[in-house]
Amino acid sequence: MRIFGLLLTSCVLVLVMVSSIIFGVTDIPLSTVWDSFIHNTGSREHLVIQTTRVPRALIAASVGACLAVAGAVMQVITRNPIASPSTFGVNSGAAFAIVMASGLLGISGLQAYSVAALVGAAISGGIVFLLGSIGRDGMTPIKITLAGASMAAFFSSLTQGIMLSNGKMFDQLLFWLVGSVAGREMSMLTTAIPYMLVGMILALLVSRHLNVLAMGDDVAQGLGQRTAHIKWIAAAAVILLAGGSVAVAGPIAFVGIIVPHIARYLIGSDYRWVLPYSALFGAILLVSADIGSRYIAMPKEVPVGVMTAVIGVPFFVYIARKGKRLA
Amino acid sequence: MSKFISLRSDKFSYLFEKKHGWVTLALLAATILIMIISTGIGSQYISPINVIRAVFGHGSAMNDVIVNQLRLPRIVIAVLIGASLAVAGAVLQGIVRNPLASPDVTGITEGASLGAVLFMFLFSDSVSIHWMPLMSIACAFGVTFLLYILAWKQGVSPLRLVLIGTGLSAAFKSVSYMLIISGPLILASKSLTFMTGSIYGASWNNDVLNLLPWVGVLLPLTWLQARHVNVLALGDEVATGTGARVQRHRLILLLLSVALAGAAVAIGGAVTFIGLMAPHMARKLVGPSFGNLLPVSALIGAILLLIADLIARTAFLPLDVPAGVFTAAIGAPFFLYMLYRYRNQA
Repeated sequence: MRIFGLLLTSCVLVLVMVSSIIFGVTDIPLSTVWDSFIHNTGSREHLVIQTTRVPRALIAASVGACLAVAGAVMQVITRNPIASPSTFGVNSGAAFAIVMASGLLGISGLQAYSVAALVGAAISGGIVFLLGSIGRDGMTPIKITLAGASMAAFFSSLTQGIMLSNGKMFDQLLFWLVGSVAGREMSMLTTAIPYMLVGMILALLVSRHLNVLAMGDDVAQGLGQRTAHIKWIAAAAVILLAGGSVAVAGPIAFVGIIVPHIARYLIGSDYRWVLPYSALFGAILLVSADIGSRYIAMPKEVPVGVMTAVIGVPFFVYIARKGKRLA
Repeated sequence: MSKFISLRSDKFSYLFEKKHGWVTLALLAATILIMIISTGIGSQYISPINVIRAVFGHGSAMNDVIVNQLRLPRIVIAVLIGASLAVAGAVLQGIVRNPLASPDVTGITEGASLGAVLFMFLFSDSVSIHWMPLMSIACAFGVTFLLYILAWKQGVSPLRLVLIGTGLSAAFKSVSYMLIISGPLILASKSLTFMTGSIYGASWNNDVLNLLPWVGVLLPLTWLQARHVNVLALGDEVATGTGARVQRHRLILLLLSVALAGAAVAIGGAVTFIGLMAPHMARKLVGPSFGNLLPVSALIGAILLLIADLIARTAFLPLDVPAGVFTAAIGAPFFLYMLYRYRNQA
């Protein structure tokens, strides 16, 4: 049953990705898309498909999947329903690291950006995690939220400061800073995809153990699980996934919060299934949000990070209001 | 002789502990001193004596222009904004009963800053800049209203207020970014500077006179409400037990705090962390009673922003870095320390 659902969701994802290639400022007929793969004539339309539309769909799908899985894993290991790469300041830390690397240290190149993003993600995520979990009653949602929000404010002020004092970077980075999947080249994805894949595999490998961990540290330890090991592996997965996606698309918020909740609502709390479903749902969400972003202010495009924020806030409010597990 | 100075009437009362009078006076003196010294420092150094002469109209012609036209407005604006943000933060921490709350964490700053960015994009050609604070305050109120409704569930709990505030804050920030990206580049850099918080190029007409009425009315009003913050800070049950109308006073105080933050943001942009730091430092000095806490917070807030702005405009000459970068650079480690200190409370 669940396998069937997974297949169905994959079909939906393919459908959405194909629409993402077809629809835009100029709609391209499906046959032309097909032609561009089978016998590419190098015409303008084929060029647009191969260099713009296809990479964009692929990037949106992989970033969405990564963020959603990262969020799902974080929600288990912190036992906190609002954990996600953006609330933990992981995204803004990664963004700051990239701006810092290119602005102050003069480093450029996609590979270097990816590494910088990972380091930034690890540092800020680690600080927030530490600060959120000190104290008698352990990790409470309010502590995590405050720590995450303030680290995000900190990093984004510094990021903006660096950008403002360096005019050349300003135009380049501004669009990236909001989170967008437009205008990215395929090479950006191919540089980051190894990190994403390793993160994804790590997450799927520990998914069985996450089920046990979800019952709480005490129970998990009582059942003989080495919780520290599992948490470290899971944290590494989160950093690879979140850092990789920020390196490609910039900080995109709320996907990591929403999607795991939807996945859990639909298929229960078995993380062996929640993670793959989250990946697919996340991909579908981001690709569709990206399609929507082309139509809101045509012919201009709204960055997809804004779309997810606007979609995500009502959901976030709903989770915060439900509140039983929060307080 | 009584230990307190108290002002009373039917509607208002204000209590000030005398033993903290000296601290307050000392801070006041320090603020004025820093104002004078900081006015003198810049690409052209002017000695404190000459600054005072120029302020009272006895300086040389050049000093007069530099001091009175160029530097003093910026110094005065730093004081006003720092004080407003600090008081807004102090009140918010009292009513939310969380030492880690501040206008920036709850989304009020971002809302106000979105208002100002909207204003720049929609009306900057057609409407006088004097209306910007109004727009920004209106947006801050709108945000608070939204926040209040969304967090309301048989009363507003501090936890929901903060959680939902951070969510809204993220959304506003991305909408502001969207405006910035979609507009012309010249506005982009202006708005991004604004979102970081900067008082670069402040002038008497556009900034000081624009902000002064708001601060002049709102600050005293807030101080008259100080006793209600004291009661609310005891917690909902106790406050209700003492006969306070908890939800009503919380709303009034929240509105005051929002108006102060909104006005400050309209002029100075999203200067972060002052609303968080100043009240804590003040509490260390004069304890938790808001009669003393509010004026002292205001002074400390003013000093913090003065220093941050001094660093911002002198450290990287000829670059004028937004002051918000430095308040964040000092503020975030401070916040981390606070979070560590209150680890068992938050």
